[in-house]
Amino acid sequence: MSNKMFSKEEWGTALEGLRDSCRIFVPVKDGDFHSFVPFENGTVPDFDLKNSRLSPKSVVYPQSERMFEYNLDPDDPEANVLKEAPKEYLPQAIVGIRPCDAHAFQIVKLNFDNPEYSDPYWVRRFESTVLVGLGCNEPCSTCFCTSVGGGPFSEKGLDALLFDLGERVLAKGLTEKGDEFLENAEVGKEADESILKEAEGLGSSASDKITTDIPTDRLKEKVVNELFGASFWEDVAFACLNCGTCTYLCPTCWCFDIQDEVMGKQGDRIRNWDSCMFPLFTLEGSGHNPRSNKFQRVRQRFMHKLKYYVDKYDNGVQCSGCGRCVRYCPVNIDIRQVAELMNEYETESA
Amino acid sequence: MKNPYLPYPVRIDEIITETEDRNLKTFKFVFVNPEDEEKFSYTPGQFAELSVAGKGEIPIGIASSPTEKGFVKFTVNKVGLVTSHLHNMKEGDVMGIRGPMGNWYPWEEMEGRNVVIIGGGFAFTTLRSGIVYMLHPDNRPKFKDIIVVYGARNPGMLLYKDELAEWEKRDDMEMHITVDGTDDPDWKYNVGFVPAITEEKITSADDAVAIVCGPPIVIKLMQPVLEKLKFPPERIILSLEKCMKCGIGICGRCNLGEQYVCKDGPVFSMAQLKELPPE
Ligand SMILES: Cc1cc2nc3c(=O)[nH]c(=O)nc-3n(C[C@H](O)[C@H](O)[C@H](O)COP(=O)(O)OP(=O)(O)OC[C@H]3O[C@@H](n4cnc5c(N)ncnc54)[C@H](O)[C@@H]3O)c2cc1C
Ligand code: SF4
Ligand code: FES
Repeated sequence: MSNKMFSKEEWGTALEGLRDSCRIFVPVKDGDFHSFVPFENGTVPDFDLKNSRLSPKSVVYPQSERMFEYNLDPDDPEANVLKEAPKEYLPQAIVGIRPCDAHAFQIVKLNFDNPEYSDPYWVRRFESTVLVGLGCNEPCSTCFCTSVGGGPFSEKGLDALLFDLGERVLAKGLTEKGDEFLENAEVGKEADESILKEAEGLGSSASDKITTDIPTDRLKEKVVNELFGASFWEDVAFACLNCGTCTYLCPTCWCFDIQDEVMGKQGDRIRNWDSCMFPLFTLEGSGHNPRSNKFQRVRQRFMHKLKYYVDKYDNGVQCSGCGRCVRYCPVNIDIRQVAELMNEYETESA
Repeated sequence: MKNPYLPYPVRIDEIITETEDRNLKTFKFVFVNPEDEEKFSYTPGQFAELSVAGKGEIPIGIASSPTEKGFVKFTVNKVGLVTSHLHNMKEGDVMGIRGPMGNWYPWEEMEGRNVVIIGGGFAFTTLRSGIVYMLHPDNRPKFKDIIVVYGARNPGMLLYKDELAEWEKRDDMEMHITVDGTDDPDWKYNVGFVPAITEEKITSADDAVAIVCGPPIVIKLMQPVLEKLKFPPERIILSLEKCMKCGIGICGRCNLGEQYVCKDGPVFSMAQLKELPPE
């Protein structure tokens, strides 16, 4: 695998040039926050970020996506027959994605690409995407990636990893895809020993800055129905507004809805991100709703991430430790505390 | 890459109004592309997503049996957006079906055993599929006694009336049709709720598997009856309903604990359900 180093200026030039090889998404400053946008003429990438407010999951899994189109014109012999919406899966790259957000793609891949069914939209777009990570020199106070199998310089799920070393940038290729991407950079030099050493030091000092340690080791051994029936759920959910912010910002939330939309005689079947925090999520035609109470919905969110996923896939928790839900929940509901409650839970006497 | 969200186009071949209140209609579909019929190869107990362009998709149990060739049948209760639209469609109209989906009744386990089928209300659809399947001459010898208890609110609300009458006459199965109540003085069958009639007619759980489908209240009331008869939880089979979208275990809507009702179900044994969160 190739390692390349750049001066900051060279890196800027390299990135400009790389736009010819594929569509690149970069972080930009957007008001008080950062977001990932396509790198076009006039776009000013800003790699001096904590993390983007919304995770870049939408680059692979758009918030709203056309699946099929059809027409309802009775004179058309093909009326009412669904046709694939035309799509191109052009090569694309997310440059500056944080390791936790790259790890998140690995977590959700087990859902979208399982032995029985592959979601063609997710899988094809994921396969055409290169993930070029940016290690976190200064993790936030809400980060807990190290508790869930990641780390500020974790290579998990990444094709290449960038180290910001002040004046210089080191780009480490981690997969063939990543190498190929870096190969296309016209400037930059082969990395030397000293920069590799410096990068290593940066990695371990960043890990040391994450002091939160969320225990998840005992989740698997808990009896699912005991956790489900635990008395703490009403308390956990007490202040929740069911705003859905947590699920929209989350890089590992994958639930979607499918809807038809019609304009005149033309129609589309589209899918949209959905949220288990909304009562409509499970409202049945008869009026019955198995999760009509908010605590039931809050419980579903945490049980899915911290118990059902753990049991189903044996791949750890469905959380990459990015801390967004902790930071942006308007009422400060904190997955770290809930994980601890669940992990430490002892059977209650009846 | 195969797109599991793309429905097969079908044409509505026949629409039968099943019940007096006209709220239940059976739709018989033929595949627009005959080769799709083979791809849609199913087992009784499975369901499909019925797709109406412009309205959406709904999960509906397959009411026909794979032993019936050339068409697939579904019986739809009118409740909301898609089902109401479907009720207004006409024979000859084109729509879609996607599937088959989910698991099925445990046919292998039922072979060589007595089969007790208990249905309440319009949840009788996939049970019809199962009965037609078992009564097929190729399959009938594989099962011992077949006993059916099926009830509706009143005689006008029973589904598949012609078939029920035929099954009544057969001597290789036992039919117990019942209604909650009726003012028809000529009513020949039982009057009483399904659990009560079951308790009266079924005498033993020996070497028997029970399949129960019905509204939540019937399922709940059936439990003590079947337990009293000494059906072990492994041999009480239920079919569940949850809101669904994708039908293939990806959209995250229909979970019961770690299981997706659309893919790992909809058929579960009582023993399995006891291990899952009671949602
Ligand atoms: C496995 C399975 C088998 C079923 N079999 C039958 C059957 O044989 N006959 C029958 O009449 N009904 C059956 N149902 C129920 C049927 O799916 C709902 O009545 C139907 O989806 C309501 O759609 P709607 O658009 O008319 O209602 P709306 O209330 O307008 O619903 C909007 C959407 O919500 C979802 N939804 C709402 N209620 C339900 C529900 N109870 N179950 C699943 N999704 C729901 C659907 O995606 C629907 O399109 C079955 C449900 C499941 C899960
Ligand atoms: S962000 Fe907070 S308040 Fe909003 S739904 Fe999530 S837990 Fe509830
Ligand atoms: S309906 Fe999508 S997961 Fe079951």
